[in-house]
Amino acid sequence: MRIPYYPGCTLNTKAKGFDRAARQSFAALGIELAELASWNCCGATFPLSRDNLLDLAGPVRNLVSAAAEGDKLAVACSTCFNVLKRSNLVMRNEEDKREKINFFIEADYAGQVEVVHLLEVLRDEVGWDTLAKAVKKDLSALAVAPYYGCMFLRPPREMGFDNHENPQILENFIRALGAQVADYPHRAECCGNYIAAFDLDTTQEMSYLILASARKASADLIVTSCPLCQFNLDRWQQDLAMKHGGFRPIPVLYDSQLLAIALGLDVTPFDLDRHYVDPRPVLAEKGLI
Amino acid sequence: MSEDKAPITRVLIIGAGIAGIQAALDIANSGYEVVLVEREPSIGGRMLQLSETFPTLDCAQCILTPRTVEAGHHERIRLMTFSEVTGITGDIGHFTATVQRKPASVNWDVCTGCGLCQEKCPTKVTSPFDRGMGKRKAIYTLSPQAVPNKPVIDREACTWFTRGKCRLCEKVCPVHAIDYEQQASTTQVEVGAVIIATGYTLYGLENLGEYGYGQVPDVVDGLAFERLLSASGPTAGKVRRPSDGKEPKQVVFIQCAGSRAPETAMPYCSKICCMYTAKHAMLYKHRVHDGTAYIFYIDVRAAGKRYEEFYHRATEEDRVLYVRGKVARVFREGDQVVVWGSDTLSGASVEIAADMVVLAPAMIPHPETLRLAEMFGIPANEYGFLLPAEDNILPVETVRPGVFVAGAVTSPKDIPETVAQASAAAAKVLALFAQWSGVPEAMGISVGADAS
Repeated sequence: MRIPYYPGCTLNTKAKGFDRAARQSFAALGIELAELASWNCCGATFPLSRDNLLDLAGPVRNLVSAAAEGDKLAVACSTCFNVLKRSNLVMRNEEDKREKINFFIEADYAGQVEVVHLLEVLRDEVGWDTLAKAVKKDLSALAVAPYYGCMFLRPPREMGFDNHENPQILENFIRALGAQVADYPHRAECCGNYIAAFDLDTTQEMSYLILASARKASADLIVTSCPLCQFNLDRWQQDLAMKHGGFRPIPVLYDSQLLAIALGLDVTPFDLDRHYVDPRPVLAEKGLI
Repeated sequence: MSEDKAPITRVLIIGAGIAGIQAALDIANSGYEVVLVEREPSIGGRMLQLSETFPTLDCAQCILTPRTVEAGHHERIRLMTFSEVTGITGDIGHFTATVQRKPASVNWDVCTGCGLCQEKCPTKVTSPFDRGMGKRKAIYTLSPQAVPNKPVIDREACTWFTRGKCRLCEKVCPVHAIDYEQQASTTQVEVGAVIIATGYTLYGLENLGEYGYGQVPDVVDGLAFERLLSASGPTAGKVRRPSDGKEPKQVVFIQCAGSRAPETAMPYCSKICCMYTAKHAMLYKHRVHDGTAYIFYIDVRAAGKRYEEFYHRATEEDRVLYVRGKVARVFREGDQVVVWGSDTLSGASVEIAADMVVLAPAMIPHPETLRLAEMFGIPANEYGFLLPAEDNILPVETVRPGVFVAGAVTSPKDIPETVAQASAAAAKVLALFAQWSGVPEAMGISVGADAS
């Protein structure tokens, strides 16, 4: 199976391991993630102002590229997924905006592509049972805390593929890989997002709430599919350990990295050494690398 | 239908909650026959699950059971419990209803209601009547005061039906009433009019993930809390939380769980929750003197006789703490239930480390109501509540002549309103029957055109 694939900027720069792990894992599962022949930045935030149509031109251009290659567009990054999916809904449902944007970017696109997240592809195309059968490593000693963040699930009526207040897709993913789910309450709380750029203390404390809660639930590591969440959760843990006595840093992996490990792929290309909190000791301790 | 035959002065009432029972007694006591159909094994409905009623704090069972008993023994009321109406033909004056009875697995004609089978039954299951707060046996009655006081076997729980073992109840029954082979049976009843009073159920709180219902064991719904407060409930009226049976010292009540939520759940006000939540908090404080009760609310809607005074009593005498705002998240932290919310009067975020959370779910029509709506050809609104013929002046009539509605089947209602509607529907039926029996002519009264 071949699915048009949008990597996005971060997966081309800081999160290359996320991208490589996704492509290689899906290849191992018989799915080719075919990078769009032409793509640009998704826009990074969905333009919330009702009349700011120019900001939609970027994401829609990607959707137009996708429409030339298939009826689906698979996305790995939560933020790109959010922006592309919601931009697509504008093109599908709002006629006046559709006309203006099409006129501006010289296209004829009506939102016909279905924007899907890689986890949705695993759930709906591969299936959890098939995925479980493809797992090569024994993850049963590993307790994994699922972290959703905000962009993946919200706003619920637009994203709408899981219950935004009690999501299950990451839990099912972790279970399919044979690992234990560390159940903690703050899995869909905000990590601090871009606040890090101007108010580091606030971001650190927001991240700490999540990290400490996951630790308390005896998690060995956290998985997420959002590069910004990954950065915020990963980056400040040394500072947090200084501030909050007794806090033990916890590695934060991308979902595709855990998938690649479970599928028994050679992890060298996946940049496990480029995390601020090194995940390798715990993975080695559990016999996974 | 034979138009020349005299219309039948017998009524079918569907649903034997307080509405159905009230209408049945009114009509039967006026000298006409009633067929009262109830899907549960015994009558009483939701009210039988309640502890005390607002605003008088009457014991619900104490004021209801005399009526269930009267309905059970009335010579003109034919009870058909554990049964459902599956078909209706004919028109006003000459309806034929098909009533299907589920197999009780007990021969009720022989059973004396001694209760020995329930005592000896080795299989315990979670009791839906107690909203999961307590256990019942696989052979059971809904409550000790059940009318009729005859048990049924839960075939999904009973080990004879699931694993082919046991038959203990058969061995202990002194009158050999157990009948594992009993089949569903169908009866036709001829009636001249129908009252639909199938009441309400509760919104599925699993849909509101932020409140943790179904994820956190100490988050319960209002009806479960009624069972905890009830003297006949699983804890004999002591407030105990489900996870570890401890007495909760901090209880957070959340109103409008699914009501007044056009974005996520039901847009309408469920009407009774402000009052019963005030009652819950009050009764909790009466039982746990050193406890603290918080209530999150949008507005307090206390429109009713002595309702506002009742709310004031909760705040002033019983020191219930009202927080105006919504709750954003409920989660478990250790053995506590943490509530994050906002106090919109002070503008502050609120965090309460509670021992238990009680949600007031939206009232929704019983799912069976839509099936009845289709069968009777009565329109329902977008939420599934039946539509009366006209909301202002024909509240218990429907567009189908001879078919009436009463209680929460048309919209959320409290007990006094439900009872008033039930008596209203009974009066409408009696007006028809009186006309058909020639009573008005005899008394020199002329009946209005709408009753013809």
